[in-house]
Amino acid sequence: MPDMNTLLAGIPAELTRLVLALIGLMAFIGLNGLALVWVERKVAGHVQRRPGPYEVGPFGLIQPIVDAVKLVGKQLATPAGADKFLFWLAPLLSFLPIFLLFIPIPFSENLVGLNTNLGVLLILAFAGLNVLALCLAGWGQNNKWGLLGAGRAVAQSVAYEIPLLLAVLAVSFQTGSLSLAEITAKQGAWPWQWNIVVQPLAFFLYFICAVAETNRAPFDLPEAESELTAGFHTEYSGMGFGLFFLAEYANMIVVCSVATVLFLGGWQGPVEPGWWWFLIKMYALLVVIIWFRWTYPRVRFDQLLNLNWKWLLPLSMVNLLATAFAVKLFA
Amino acid sequence: MSHCEANALTGDTYTRRFDTGPAGDTLIVNMGPQHPSTHGVLRVIVELDGEYILRAEPVLGYVHRMHEKMGEVKSFTQYLPNMGRVDYLHALAWNWAYVGAVEKLGGVEVPERAQYLRVISTELNRISSHLVWWGAYLLDLGAFTPIMYAFDDREIILDLLQIITGSRLTYCYFRFGGVVADVTPAFVSGLTEFLARFKSRLPMYTDLVTNNVILRKRCEEIGVIDVDMARRYGATGPVLRGSGVAYDTRRAEPYGIYDRFDYEIPTFPEGDAMARYMVRMREMEESVKIIEQALAQMPEGEYLSAKAPKPAWKPGVGEAYFAVEGARGKIGAYVVSDGAKNPYRVKLRAPSYCNLSLFAELAQGVILADAVSIMGSLDLVIPEIDR
Repeated sequence: MPDMNTLLAGIPAELTRLVLALIGLMAFIGLNGLALVWVERKVAGHVQRRPGPYEVGPFGLIQPIVDAVKLVGKQLATPAGADKFLFWLAPLLSFLPIFLLFIPIPFSENLVGLNTNLGVLLILAFAGLNVLALCLAGWGQNNKWGLLGAGRAVAQSVAYEIPLLLAVLAVSFQTGSLSLAEITAKQGAWPWQWNIVVQPLAFFLYFICAVAETNRAPFDLPEAESELTAGFHTEYSGMGFGLFFLAEYANMIVVCSVATVLFLGGWQGPVEPGWWWFLIKMYALLVVIIWFRWTYPRVRFDQLLNLNWKWLLPLSMVNLLATAFAVKLFA
Repeated sequence: MSHCEANALTGDTYTRRFDTGPAGDTLIVNMGPQHPSTHGVLRVIVELDGEYILRAEPVLGYVHRMHEKMGEVKSFTQYLPNMGRVDYLHALAWNWAYVGAVEKLGGVEVPERAQYLRVISTELNRISSHLVWWGAYLLDLGAFTPIMYAFDDREIILDLLQIITGSRLTYCYFRFGGVVADVTPAFVSGLTEFLARFKSRLPMYTDLVTNNVILRKRCEEIGVIDVDMARRYGATGPVLRGSGVAYDTRRAEPYGIYDRFDYEIPTFPEGDAMARYMVRMREMEESVKIIEQALAQMPEGEYLSAKAPKPAWKPGVGEAYFAVEGARGKIGAYVVSDGAKNPYRVKLRAPSYCNLSLFAELAQGVILADAVSIMGSLDLVIPEIDR
């Protein structure tokens, strides 16, 4: 049997590392996606005073796997008059960029796919691809509800990306870095040493925009099922829908991971710093997002845009300028 | 293939007739008959400019079951179970409307205790109907949880009504000259318990849902109906009272023993979706009040008159109209008899039908999401519209 080093000889070490990281992240996204489905159903159940899934496996833990098996087993129907290529490209396009989003995230001091000093930029750049997928999905399926959903998705994502970006930039100004590892390292172990204390407004803005960016209730307008039947994924069956579904959960994990790194000290914690602190903080944020969904009614589309253009955008501008001045004056 | 071409190929008579306007950048979309917010099988054809509705036209008849015609081919008694199926949410009010009309026609006396049983069961049913509306309306607005809370309460009502009526949804409880069964001690204790529980639940609903800022933004100044418009379309029930008119059949044309109770007719003058929402929330409180009084005053006695008509009974020649206040508005039953064992003609006045007719005008020029909010606030029950 050839040993590992001879097998990998000739392949750059960085490439090997990247491939392994991608495989690891695939497992991470898959497992956390499943876990999140279970968490969502359990939290929803308890919010609604019912037990949630409990039949399949202990505490219903096998439920998400059964859900996935059901989705995989369904027929993939392409509606008449749909653009076949775009129709099936869209779910893939919504799911695939997500691996790239996870690459620069430091799960612990050394557990990071690609330690680049442009991590924030990488995430923000590739996060923009999701809206393209929703747009293609709505356009390609030859369904009017889908088209309306796609229109909403584009307007919403474009609008909310700006304050999100400005909120993240404020943190970057403050730490003077775009590297997620460095931003984490500059925060301390205790909650009062985290960026959220210095940048509470940025965190608030980031979190609202993140909920809107991931199309979660109360901002789930692209798929508003009581208005647009199912919005952009009206015609998708089986894993076509499944990929959008998984992408939504993976996106939630991304935005919560980024929030953890930027505002909550990442993997640092009072005792035994490590990846578990990262997961705890990430899941706390995820539960808050889930809690929103099962509590609030949906906002109307014009209200959603008004909120962004009239409140979030000016506020994030002010926050960014104030940060810039403060950095210039005191740092 | 463009969206317009697809429409020309697949549109049915209604859509094509709708499509005759000048071609422009508008979309003609079917909302329904399988749309989540049309609650059943109502179909609305809407012409959209972006998200704004240029015109909307309801298409009815998807659950037409010929209830009126069935009245002509069944005997007076055989027609009774139909009444539970016209409006499945407030079945007992329909029971009362038809039974009341036939009793008026045949001059049948109703015993005192039966009158109280009718009031208690109908008001309980009204609460359960409003609870379903509340949950479904919030579902339309995108809040998933309230319907679970509403059904939690409604479940108790269904259990209670099951004790006395034997069924959970499509009740057939009333008979000519009384009701079919008396209350049991389990029912009375269960009802007392429920009323206490429900009175503590209502403030929670207010805190959790009614005062929510997103809900208020979605309901206030949406779908404003002024008094004149409500009258023009013959709107009744909470829709009319939400426009500030204190018209309630229980008060305006007292039937049964409603004149003996002390209760308010809640009205809100704003005429928007929020006003209709508030009317229904307040009505649940008033129904609780009525039930409490009825329970305290209820005398002993027979629940079905000893002189109640037999199944093959013929009420004689004549005609009668009887109106009651349903959860959705004024329910009317008009029965004509030519002396045979079947009615000659039965005409049912469904409040949802009139309330729906407001929709086309209300939906004009509003954004799609508001149309959903407006439709929900009208509290439509489609089987009642189609009959």
